[in-house]
Amino acid sequence: MNHDHDLAAHEHHDSFGAKIGMWLFLFTEVMLFGGMFLLYSVYRAKHPVEFHLAAAELNTFFGTINTLILLTSSLTVVLAIEALRRGNRKLSISMLSVTILCGLAFLVIKYFEWMHKIHLGIYPNSPHLSEFSKGEVLFYNLYYTMTGLHGLHVVIGMTVLSVVLYMIVKNPERKIVLPHASLQKVKGARVAVMSDGGEEEWRSNEIDDTVREVTITYTFFPVKDRLDENNITKLEMSGLYWHLVDVIWIFLFPLFYLIT
Amino acid sequence: MNHQDKTVEHSGGYGTPILIWLGLVVLTGLTVSVSGINLKMFAVFTALLIASVKSFLVISYFMHLKYESVMFRVMVFVCLVTLAIFIGLTFFDILYR
Repeated sequence: MNHDHDLAAHEHHDSFGAKIGMWLFLFTEVMLFGGMFLLYSVYRAKHPVEFHLAAAELNTFFGTINTLILLTSSLTVVLAIEALRRGNRKLSISMLSVTILCGLAFLVIKYFEWMHKIHLGIYPNSPHLSEFSKGEVLFYNLYYTMTGLHGLHVVIGMTVLSVVLYMIVKNPERKIVLPHASLQKVKGARVAVMSDGGEEEWRSNEIDDTVREVTITYTFFPVKDRLDENNITKLEMSGLYWHLVDVIWIFLFPLFYLIT
Repeated sequence: MNHQDKTVEHSGGYGTPILIWLGLVVLTGLTVSVSGINLKMFAVFTALLIASVKSFLVISYFMHLKYESVMFRVMVFVCLVTLAIFIGLTFFDILYR
């Protein structure tokens, strides 16, 4: 029996790679919204007066409240990450909950804003809107498209943060599955789980032709020193996404509500 | 966990983010109150300037870019330059058509 061929299950935590991947994804989001900002700027340059008039119709008060809500939610994400990094799970959980509630409050306010406008007969392709000038129609179409797409991002962000919150609260099980193909390479040897200190925690039976698959399941316990980097990376990446949603709103807010 | 990152992660603790948040709230108040003044041509410019400062604060401190390696800053820079080229070239076409 050659023990050198034992297949030890190492979990690789590559937070650096995750960060690069996340930033690259965020760039595609920047380009998505960038295209819409480009449309906005071109139409604004062509219809400056109409954009002025239409923007004056939007409720600056609600826009400002929503800006403050999103800024606060960004702060609480940062605090949640810092708290988890320091092992303060309770604070991290409450900060993350505040973030998700802020997202919900943002959407509720946005809902009432939209509903008010729809009640007034202003929505894409409405009979009332067709009486408006071309520039105003463009403004409202862009308003619904851009705040709608942004709202969708808020919903996605809230969903992702909720999953991460669940993972912090529950400390779920982690499952490693070694498929048949990788077991073929270690035929005749055994699979072992090693601790950080290099001690063997568990070993399987000898891998022969009857073994189709090896599944290892382990559970995290809710004590602070058992929280690993991987959990923090997931929270950090979700945080990055949430901040991007905030940054986009930082530009949407003055362009639609303030420049009147 | 043999491949754990050994680099020391710098962060602003709890204090810095709260200060940045206060700054962002002040800037929001500023941009709302400035919009009440009739600045004519400079209204768009001022609003975008304040929005850029706010985004810079969020990206640097909240998104941790200030504490990341230079590579990340270069990546963000390339992304923003690309976007600026898109917008700039389109406007060359629109304005001189």
